[in-house]
Amino acid sequence: MSIDLQQDFFTLFGLPRRFELDERALEAAFHDLQTEVHPDRYAHLPEADKRRSMQWATRVNEGFRTLRKPLARAMYLLELAGVDAGLETNTAMSPEFLMEQMEWREAVEEARAAGEVDELEHLHQRLRQHGREMLAGLQQALDQQGDLEAAAETVRRLMFVEKLQHEIDDALEALES
Amino acid sequence: MALLQIAEPGMSTEPHRHRLAAGIDLGTTNSLVATVRNGLAVCLADEKGRTMLPSVVHYRADGSIEVGQAALAAQATDPRNAIVSVKRFMGRGLKDVTHVESSPYDFVDAPGMVRLRTVQGIKSPVEVSAEILKVLRTRAEASLGGELSGVVITVPAYFDDAQRQATKDAATLAGLNVLRLLNEPTAAAVAYGLDNASEGIYAVYDLGGGTFDLSILKLSRGVFEVLSTNGDAALGGDDFDHRLFCWILDQAHIEPPSSEDARRLQMKAREVKELLTASEEAPVRVRLGSGEEVNLTVTRQQFEDMTQHLVRKTLAPMRKALRDAGLAPEEVKGVVMVGGATRMPQIQRSVAEFFDQEPLTNLDPDKVVALGAAIQANVLAGNRKDEDDWLLLDVIPLSLGLETMGGLTEKVIPRNSTLPIARAQEFTTVKDGQTAMAVHVVQGERELVSDCRSLARFELRGIPPMVAGAARIRVTFQVDADGLLSVAAREMSSGVEASVLVKPSYGLTDEEIAGMLREGVDHAGDDMLARALREQQVEADRLVEATEHALAQDGDLLDAAERAAVDQAIAALRAAREGSDHRKVKQHIDALARATDEFAARRMDRSVRSALAGHKVDEIEL
Repeated sequence: MSIDLQQDFFTLFGLPRRFELDERALEAAFHDLQTEVHPDRYAHLPEADKRRSMQWATRVNEGFRTLRKPLARAMYLLELAGVDAGLETNTAMSPEFLMEQMEWREAVEEARAAGEVDELEHLHQRLRQHGREMLAGLQQALDQQGDLEAAAETVRRLMFVEKLQHEIDDALEALES
Repeated sequence: MALLQIAEPGMSTEPHRHRLAAGIDLGTTNSLVATVRNGLAVCLADEKGRTMLPSVVHYRADGSIEVGQAALAAQATDPRNAIVSVKRFMGRGLKDVTHVESSPYDFVDAPGMVRLRTVQGIKSPVEVSAEILKVLRTRAEASLGGELSGVVITVPAYFDDAQRQATKDAATLAGLNVLRLLNEPTAAAVAYGLDNASEGIYAVYDLGGGTFDLSILKLSRGVFEVLSTNGDAALGGDDFDHRLFCWILDQAHIEPPSSEDARRLQMKAREVKELLTASEEAPVRVRLGSGEEVNLTVTRQQFEDMTQHLVRKTLAPMRKALRDAGLAPEEVKGVVMVGGATRMPQIQRSVAEFFDQEPLTNLDPDKVVALGAAIQANVLAGNRKDEDDWLLLDVIPLSLGLETMGGLTEKVIPRNSTLPIARAQEFTTVKDGQTAMAVHVVQGERELVSDCRSLARFELRGIPPMVAGAARIRVTFQVDADGLLSVAAREMSSGVEASVLVKPSYGLTDEEIAGMLREGVDHAGDDMLARALREQQVEADRLVEATEHALAQDGDLLDAAERAAVDQAIAALRAAREGSDHRKVKQHIDALARATDEFAARRMDRSVRSALAGHKVDEIEL
């Protein structure tokens, strides 16, 4: 097996290339890899070793971050399959979905303006539940049906949800400080 | 040195030499140095048995410098030249410094980092900190009986890039080889975690003299993984003193006090705060310069009332850190208290209430950071033993971003990303034939660039002239394990390496550091050339030893010709190190480094493969 900095993250972590993921195995592989390549292991060695260690540790961190989060993992799988989720260009979403988004956004805006922390927390929870349901569909599309177009569509929707969650986080943070 | 001369290439190297290493807690109020002795971390004491060195530097009119206890008295008699809490000024501009009005110093608003005008000239906070580090270095080398091979210096987790760089620069000025900048709460977790072999989620609440950090860590299978960190780099025990100081001024109807009186009252305020930890009330008796006497009594309740807002200020970072980690307070298994200020009963109560459990205080909150740093320094210096099979994974505390159109920030690296981390960003030109471009890097969470901290301005030059929009400049931002940023740029369509000119917004330039180093050497009457040679020789020995060790272990990765090239480079470096020209030693160090670059890459591949193989075995066992 040849190992280099270019190999894909699933191979790097010794995991099957699919959406469903054994989180414990990912974490164990992450820890084992960092134990070998982390700059702390090379702090007393020459510059060449330190530089190489930093490149590897950076790559391992990036891989862990990409595979751990379901949305990032799905986008990465699509990228490996040569499908551009069309994040910049393909914004043609269904009218119902856009309508729904507007309603969510208004609810967040109202709660923020009224300074209702509890309502914001509640919205956050509902969004999380909503996201979980979409992730279940994403797994079906990627692992069972191999329907990459449907997966890309769900990824785009999930990005809306994630963005909204960040907005709620920011609103909560602003209200607290 | 004889050891290295008799080792033949290809033979296994000498039994591992123990390298002298130390951990340094460079604190706002007190600083400590610790080391691992016979497997146990201990704080090193001065000749009078004191481990804590007050972080006070007194520049005297006769040109001498006093540090620590010796400088304490000068606070009241010569406040302008007795610098305390200098950590608050590290990597900071004048506008960032709090309580300027009641500070006795003569601030100089230099571009970038604030400077202090003393009787010995204008001093940068970096130089002042270096004086403290020099005393700790001398203490450690006297106690260990040799030159330190490297140190770990702790910094508040919430320190930004400029503050970290300033700390590293201070170490360079003090002649120290920095193995790592380690976050204070993480250091404390190491001291606690290794002590108790703990597993689970831990919170570290670190309230020092001038900084507040809150880190959430996950401990599992010997890995200390920081999940999130938050804090306030300008909140600490000093602020509690300041509240009490203001209260005294108000109660005693003192109009703006003289610098000497201000210092006396500030020192008294700190003393009273410490008394109130154990007592319900404390007397405030001070004789002012005018002969007038202040005579008051303050109760603990009064003190708690006047500092309530400060205690509350630590709550928001706790909530934010937990939210970033995706955890609720009840999921935290233990709360570690660090920093002298956590002795205050109101702090203990508020933390216990928030996490609904009694915080852990079985290690001395003043020493725990230095002890953790010493444990890490010992391992990083290369004295790792089998039982030291643990790893720290830390994060960047504040997001890194770039200035975009309209003064808005675009985040490039989000906060709480595990280090090291790199991100590449592509830029293009807006005008035909444009050959240069300015990039402004900021750190912080706010949307407007003006609300974030400016880290540096980069100028990309040497872009080949093309029509607007045709050039693609890829800028890579790399944050290393010390939390320090570096930048590289390349024009992608032509492959031209664009040069990056860095203007740190708050830090010192390389030239300034070099100038200060020269000045310091001149003062000591040392010979610059001799020092440069000695440094290169140490570096040469280190490189030869490491290379031979690697050859003994993984020599099979090289074919005969490659091996001969490496052996030749080693022999050439050995010969050069016996000479007296430091530049020649440096040249051969670089040559050996180049000759072993590919070897290093192959060895790293082998390590990664073995990690994966080990992991697969684990999986089968599960």
